[in-house]
Amino acid sequence: MKARTLRRHFKESFKSLGRNRWMTFASASAVTVTLLLVGVFLVIMMNLNQLAESIEQDVEIKVIVDLAADEVAVADLEEKIRKTDGVLDVQFSSNTEELDNMIEGYGDEFGLFKQDNPLRHAFYVKAAEPQQTASVAEKIEAYDYTHEVNYGKGKVEKLFNVLNTGRNIGFVLVIALLLTATFLISNTIRITITARRREIEIMKLVGAKNSFVRIPFLFEGMWLGVLGAILPMVIVTVSYFNLYVLLEPKLQGELFQLLGTTPFIYQLNGLMLFMGVFIGVWGSFMSVRKFLKA
Amino acid sequence: MIIMKKVYKKYPNGVVASNGINVEIKRGEFVFVVGPSGAGKSTFIKMMYREEVPTSGDIIIDDINLATLRNSQVPYLRRKVGVVFQDFKLLPKLNVYENIAFALEVIEESPEQIRKKVNVVLGLVGLTHKSRMFPNELSGGEQQRVSIARSIVNTPKVVIADEPTGNLDPATSWEIMEMLERINARGTTIVMATHNKEIVNTMRHRVIAIEGGLITRDEVGGDYGYES
Ligand SMILES: Nc1ncnc2c1ncn2[C@@H]1O[C@H](COP(=O)(O)OP(=O)(O)OP(=O)(O)O)[C@@H](O)[C@H]1O
Ligand SMILES: [Mg+2]
Repeated sequence: MKARTLRRHFKESFKSLGRNRWMTFASASAVTVTLLLVGVFLVIMMNLNQLAESIEQDVEIKVIVDLAADEVAVADLEEKIRKTDGVLDVQFSSNTEELDNMIEGYGDEFGLFKQDNPLRHAFYVKAAEPQQTASVAEKIEAYDYTHEVNYGKGKVEKLFNVLNTGRNIGFVLVIALLLTATFLISNTIRITITARRREIEIMKLVGAKNSFVRIPFLFEGMWLGVLGAILPMVIVTVSYFNLYVLLEPKLQGELFQLLGTTPFIYQLNGLMLFMGVFIGVWGSFMSVRKFLKA
Repeated sequence: MIIMKKVYKKYPNGVVASNGINVEIKRGEFVFVVGPSGAGKSTFIKMMYREEVPTSGDIIIDDINLATLRNSQVPYLRRKVGVVFQDFKLLPKLNVYENIAFALEVIEESPEQIRKKVNVVLGLVGLTHKSRMFPNELSGGEQQRVSIARSIVNTPKVVIADEPTGNLDPATSWEIMEMLERINARGTTIVMATHNKEIVNTMRHRVIAIEGGLITRDEVGGDYGYES
């Protein structure tokens, strides 16, 4: 495309935006609302994902060793566990260490037990892949001298279920919103096309190519998307920076950490802008296709 | 220049507006298309710039077969065929100069070519002094002259006109006819559908009469042949 032609298309598309001020406002607003919700949804989802991942990473299998196991049996068990498929790491913790941990965690009352330690030896096992935790635990349970095998059964699965459900609901919601915004944009473009029917008719009569007729409307749709994306980008960025500054100190040392502002927020902005442009151009394309056939 | 072979056109509603038309129009000819209302004159004209596609048959203009022409190629046909209508089809927000230049801008002609060509046709239709005026400031005849200027600004080989004098009084109609005559004199083929008996009878060009979608008469130097 020649630069001159591009300039002309730009000018035409801007003129249309100004001419249909209210429709421009309405459809850009629809994009704004959509992207704002998409943005908030993404911030929440990405952070929950992050949380899920850190919890996943944190999942350990605790193997409590039977009292009947002598030193040889314990060493034997450790060896077996280490050689189990999907095991990344095995830590042995004697019953004395277990008690020390308990005293540290719950208080000196447990010091009483120092005389006669009721606890058993334990292994802390990490699976190579968090998803394998359950199957690894199952295998270990079958070995001799295992008294009990725990891995926070159910808790992790539940968290993932909640996350997945949230993600699916959010996804459907986002798609519905995107469709609504696309529909509004395509309506706006349709009005523009109708308003310029005569012009288009003459263009085609004198031999303008279809692409020449079409492109200004696609640009117009694109601007609608860009216009609609500005506010959500600003709002999400400013809010997230503030939220980060506010919450980050309080989350020091916690398992849950907010995603860092960079590059996350830039990626998010890029995504929102892309979505805005995409709905704009797509919505416009739908109208243009219907009206400028042949 | 223009060849139609067994051209048949049936509209989606079942109306047959062209029922096997065969005709050949040579380069530089001036042809009137006459016939009663609803005879199929406009359909005949529309098929020549591919506003309508024939249901069957061939239409060849300047070696392009319109019946098999791909949609993407239509713009190139339109650049070779100028069209003029009863209702002028000017853009009210553009002045005379801009209305004519528009036809070149949308086919991405260069600004200097546009300036040159528009000024030439403005002179040709005698509107140089009114080039900054808007359509609503012009008489019907002047508006039609702008429309004619636009149709020839890209130096087409054929100008097709559907009742170009239909909205004009007799004196103005004659002005328009003089204009078309001048364009024809420069070698441009002209095909014009009309109900104007006086013009047809006075100018004595080739007359093609259409009735019920068929050519019923084709006469060089013929007359209108109907009671106005
Ligand atoms: N787009 C269309 N769809 C359906 N029927 C049509 C269409 N255009 C024209 N016709 C029909 O085709 C027939 C021929 O119409 P056409 O416009 O070619 O006549 P015409 O000779 O130009 O008439 P007039 O002198 O009134 O302009 C008419 O019966 C008309 O109703
Ligand atoms: Mg007609």
